Amino acid sequence: MNWDWSNVDAFMPRFWDGVLVTLQALAGGAVIAFVLGLIWAIALRSPTRWVRWPVAAFTEFIRNTPLLVQLFFLFYVVPEWGPSMSPLVTGIVGLGLHYSTYTSEVYRAGIEGVPAGQWEAATALSLPKRRTWTAVILPQAVRRVIPALGNYVIVMLKESPQLAAIGALEMLGEARGFSNETFTFEAISIVGLAFIVIAYPASVLLRVLERRLVR
Amino acid sequence: MMTGAFFENWFLPGIWITLQVTFFSAALAFVVSFVVGVLRAAPSRIVRILAGAYFEIFRSTSSLVFMFWIAFTVPMLFHIQFYGMAAGVLALGLTYGAYGSEIVRGALAAVPAAQREAGIALNFTRIQRLRRIEIPQAWPEMLPPFNNLLIELLKGTSLISLITVADMTFSGNLLRLVKGESAPIYTLLLVLYFVLAFLLTRGMRLLERRAKAKIGQAPEKTGLFGGLRSRSSIDAVTGTAGTGGAK
Repeated sequence: MNWDWSNVDAFMPRFWDGVLVTLQALAGGAVIAFVLGLIWAIALRSPTRWVRWPVAAFTEFIRNTPLLVQLFFLFYVVPEWGPSMSPLVTGIVGLGLHYSTYTSEVYRAGIEGVPAGQWEAATALSLPKRRTWTAVILPQAVRRVIPALGNYVIVMLKESPQLAAIGALEMLGEARGFSNETFTFEAISIVGLAFIVIAYPASVLLRVLERRLVR
Repeated sequence: MMTGAFFENWFLPGIWITLQVTFFSAALAFVVSFVVGVLRAAPSRIVRILAGAYFEIFRSTSSLVFMFWIAFTVPMLFHIQFYGMAAGVLALGLTYGAYGSEIVRGALAAVPAAQREAGIALNFTRIQRLRRIEIPQAWPEMLPPFNNLLIELLKGTSLISLITVADMTFSGNLLRLVKGESAPIYTLLLVLYFVLAFLLTRGMRLLERRAKAKIGQAPEKTGLFGGLRSRSSIDAVTGTAGTGGAK
């Protein structure tokens, strides 16, 4: 078989639908990953081990098991005793939960990077705990980890095709559907190129941002 | 919950396939990361650019889409047929090799320049310098990020179930369809992956201790439950060198 551009044209409307779903999954997943990751990172610094240990065990387990199986778990097991979610929502929760365990490590590094003098100053000013975090530590910690968080958004983008396995019609899902219906093969190549076209400029942009923000 | 026959006929071979795919794709990724990693510091500019392009392209590729492309598009477009798990191994090896090349490049660049210069002064060829001086010193630095990458690769092998290779995840899905229950199956799957990751980490920590002892460094202290990931300045997942990481 040879390459046929008319198949590409026919695929294009569905491709854009897929791009939209991919971006929705990415945006939702990133928000969950950023918020949950911060919660994990702060919980891991808790003075009580009854908070620290369960959170450490949970994040360690999520981080070292495949996202794909977690998606199946969320999609097939959770509805047995919890809410049943659409494929896209399941995917957003799965992506967000999985990568929150990575972003928590990023936040941890950022928090550890804040000089000890800042903590001491907050203590000396007898700032309450909440204000120490929100006004002193986090603004400094988060600023220097923004590029690293951005890198994980790119990783999430590249992992988002796994949502197709639970039936979310993001880029790969649309391409697979189109290929199976028309017995053509161009669609997957287009989607593959699309990922490179999105991910490469994004990573170049982040490198520029990193040089600006970190120093 | 699980019938014995099914377990023996599908689940155990599934675990075996997962192990095989992990092994073969790790071997391929290892070779690719060394070749590309070394070439990214090659004296010739064209070679450097080509190796850099390989890194950038495969780092920007979604491994699942690439796997689909190799498994379904390549056979139609180029009339090449892959057998069994070859397509999956190829896709995983090439993409994770790109991440690995950053580990190799970073570790080689961290070897003090005086070492390289000493090699030049002794009239070593480039290959000799790499083999005798630079790689032995960079090797202990590479092992922690390689450990993290290996766990990522193990997790990545679950993707081959989507191109219908009968690995652990595939047999889990099959079992769900046959038995109509899912909670015990997926829980077991997650635990199995975690146990495999744990065992791989133990093995890599052992290698790391040996490598460090060889060049006279004390091993990093980590307890049995000190977490599976190694602290490293190179992020194996994003393939970047220490962005805002532990400094």
